[in-house]
Amino acid sequence: MNANAAQYSSDSVAHTERIGEELARGLKSGECVCLIGELGAGKTSFVRGMARTLAPGTKVKSPSFTLLNVYEDGSIPFYHIDLYRLAGAVELEAAGLEDYIYGKGVCVIEWADRAAGLIPSCSVVVRFSHAGQGRRLLIVERRGADERV
Amino acid sequence: MLTLGIETSCDDTAASVVRDGSYALSSVVSSQDDIHSKYGGIVPELASRRHIEMIIPVVDEALIRAGVALSDIDGLAVTEGPGLVGSILVGLNFAKSVAYAAKKPLAGVNHIAAHPLAAFLKETPEADVPDFPFVALIASGGHTTLVRYDGFADYAILGSTLDDAAGEAFDKVAKLLGLGFPGGAIIDGLAKAGDPRAFDFTRPYMGKTSLDFSFSGIKTAALEHVRAFKEELTPDAVSGIAASFQEAVVDVLVVKAIRALERTGSNRLVVAGGVACNSRLRLRLQEAATEADARLFMPAPRYCSDNAAMIAVMGFNQLQKGASASLDLNARPTWEGF
Repeated sequence: MNANAAQYSSDSVAHTERIGEELARGLKSGECVCLIGELGAGKTSFVRGMARTLAPGTKVKSPSFTLLNVYEDGSIPFYHIDLYRLAGAVELEAAGLEDYIYGKGVCVIEWADRAAGLIPSCSVVVRFSHAGQGRRLLIVERRGADERV
Repeated sequence: MLTLGIETSCDDTAASVVRDGSYALSSVVSSQDDIHSKYGGIVPELASRRHIEMIIPVVDEALIRAGVALSDIDGLAVTEGPGLVGSILVGLNFAKSVAYAAKKPLAGVNHIAAHPLAAFLKETPEADVPDFPFVALIASGGHTTLVRYDGFADYAILGSTLDDAAGEAFDKVAKLLGLGFPGGAIIDGLAKAGDPRAFDFTRPYMGKTSLDFSFSGIKTAALEHVRAFKEELTPDAVSGIAASFQEAVVDVLVVKAIRALERTGSNRLVVAGGVACNSRLRLRLQEAATEADARLFMPAPRYCSDNAAMIAVMGFNQLQKGASASLDLNARPTWEGF
């Protein structure tokens, strides 16, 4: 584990949401959060928590159809991207999502590992895994600007 | 009146010619049709440049199959949103260009709101179509929504999913079970051999009055069932989980659809979207509608999944009301409420 990594053990959806809500408080415009983890590991719950901070009052739905949901009611835009249906980095470009990932606002990307080259450029990476008895392990890794590619 | 419908909001490039908002003279969908073998390869998801390559051949094919020329068309209808902006723009700009060059009126259509209008497509003049008002259950890979229609373009959302769409849950659970894509059709098939009570799935009714949906928890429950197996899943377990999962989703969809009828006082229910192809849902909705003394309208499966005929039906009715779009019509990737 990296020195800048923190570990959380979540015992419920509500708990995962709170971790996301808390993490979002420290984010600035232009930052990108990559979420990595299998189905049902809590990624969308985490995003729902982030939205409480970044886009209060917004209902977060899965953006599987449009790949992207944009929430612009908060103080800075909040972009929610889900790459589940994407096959590779070439499509990321074709889908026109790059403008959002490197745009003005905070961007969170589910299934970020589906697009090659995306993770090294992000400021926060959160890895989700199942820890048994319904618990989820979250490893949050932060990177300074000089560590990003 | 002939309407040319064009749809590019998602994976498929689609075009259709519809007469009088009722008769589909043609309905071409790129990924389902032999057209993609003619023009090379499968259309990759979400690549708007593939829409660019497909749009002219697909529209040509729709005109040829309908036996009409572009000059015979009285108006155009195109998907304005919601969807992926790059994909929508291809169909939208193509339709605007054609409308301008051929001096035809153009209607911008909400793709999701157009889904239930597939119920107005007739095979014969005697075919039954719903009267207004009616309730529509729209369930697809991207949406799960209950809508009340008081007119073709006069609709109000009654409830929708708070997280995953029903079709998305089917696809993801199929993936968990190691099945292929599209998950809906595979689970539908496997579930026929499985026991729908073999595995426990909590039904998220979200209270006694809510018309909203939540399928994320059902997906996670399926995951827990899969993980409970230390070794590889047996075929019985796969079909049992598939059947139990499907029954849970269908239960919720049926209960909420009937609840929406009671809420609105309508006795007409239209079901649309890709999930409306599910055989178990069709059967259970038919039973529930009969019991509730309601009429159920289910478009043919080819008009339940994404198509341009439904876009033409909505566009025809918008144009009849004089709602013609101007040439600055722009894509609406997100559409409030949908």
